[in-house]
Amino acid sequence: MDTKVDTAAGEKIKIQVKDLNFYYGKFHALKHINLEIPERKVTAFIGPSGCGKSTLLRTFNRMFELYPEQRAEGQILVDGQDVLTTKTDVSLIRAKIGMVFQKPTPFPMSIYDNIAFGVRLFETLPRVEMDERVEWALKKAALWNEVKDKLQQSGSSLSGGQQQRLCIARGIAIKPEVLLLDEPCSALDPISTGKIEELIHELKADYTVMIVTHNMQQAARCSDYTAYMYLGDLVEFGPTSELFMKPKKKDTEDYITGRFG
Amino acid sequence: MSDKHMSTQFDAELAGISGRVLEMGGLVESQVSRAVKALTDFNGEMADDVLAQEDRVNQLEVEIDRDLSAIIARRQPTARDLRLLIAVSKTIANLERVGDEAARIARTVQRLINTGVSTRLRLPVADLGFEAELAIAQLRKALDAFARLDTARALEVLKQDDQIDQEFDGLMRKLITYMMEDPRTISSSIDLVFVAKAIERVGDHGKNLAEAIIYVVKGTDVRHSSLADVENVVR
Repeated sequence: MDTKVDTAAGEKIKIQVKDLNFYYGKFHALKHINLEIPERKVTAFIGPSGCGKSTLLRTFNRMFELYPEQRAEGQILVDGQDVLTTKTDVSLIRAKIGMVFQKPTPFPMSIYDNIAFGVRLFETLPRVEMDERVEWALKKAALWNEVKDKLQQSGSSLSGGQQQRLCIARGIAIKPEVLLLDEPCSALDPISTGKIEELIHELKADYTVMIVTHNMQQAARCSDYTAYMYLGDLVEFGPTSELFMKPKKKDTEDYITGRFG
Repeated sequence: MSDKHMSTQFDAELAGISGRVLEMGGLVESQVSRAVKALTDFNGEMADDVLAQEDRVNQLEVEIDRDLSAIIARRQPTARDLRLLIAVSKTIANLERVGDEAARIARTVQRLINTGVSTRLRLPVADLGFEAELAIAQLRKALDAFARLDTARALEVLKQDDQIDQEFDGLMRKLITYMMEDPRTISSSIDLVFVAKAIERVGDHGKNLAEAIIYVVKGTDVRHSSLADVENVVR
């Protein structure tokens, strides 16, 4: 199904997706996606399992390239530059577009090194500046007060919610422009989820955030814009308050009101 | 509601609330009808009955509001479901006020009877009966439109609102003439002016219901909009 571009009217656009098609082998997983992601806003992707939302998220930083059978066709323009065809080293793309996964994935090293590891790949910082960067990232991720006295302890010693915030801190430390969050709270309890949602709200002051979630209420709470996907199609995209009060498409309304089935 | 939710309980809750609203609507419609009949017949017993039922109207408003708050808390409704519940909340507030108008009319009947008006003076109560028929018809039409979420019918209610206003204006002129002709009628004529106003407000509440129905179905708030704008929304 072709969808015309649903522009976020009046917003500065960070990423333009143009006629994106994605294949797992022969399977056509994303179909003619056209979308504009506004800068420094939170865009949520909702839809039933298998609709393509995580697939779409993983095209933005070319995570799919880790797997030979997966390919993307079309354009993804970040600040006007097509990340799918650029000659730029993909690591630099991934430094600009960071990702946090559903299951917290702390590196098997200290909390400090979890943060410093990524920074060291791109920058050579003297010790004092690295300390500052680590502190800054942990503060940004609302984790600093809980870990400042145990930075040398293993990242795995933290609780699930703390580990997830550590992963967010790790992602922020290299000063990306875009943050991709793939169901970041699915494995967390309600209190940790609440803390991360608060964090997302603060992060959008500095970063363009995209979040995939199967929790519709989370999308309704956290995001400025919501995209509803179904079977590889982008069905509707618009301001979150409008989509949840008066969706344009019946399919969207059926899904968000629980008439889907 | 046409489509079913995956949760049959949610469906049952929404159907339950809609049913209670219609029950309340039927009750207040009957209240207005009987209060006006009590006036045209100067029937004190009927007026007493209306006042006795007033509590039930108020109780329904409280119960329905409580139930809809629970649904909102538990179900986090969105889109059309949320609009329906918001509209229900406004609708029952309007219906409760219709109940108040009926009670006001009934109290006026009691007062007129107690001061012996019914036997001494001839007042144009029949004209009030006609104004009331129009207002009650509007209310009934609006409730019918609510039951079927019928925006075309709701639009008819909005279009006919002027008729009641015109009837009221006519009644005012008539009552003023009465007062000028016979100053002894002034006190009770003023009572009837208030009754006519109460009936006119019943018509207004019917109009508010119609606007709420359009909001549920179309998602557009048409309060304070021109009739032409509303027609565009409904089309």
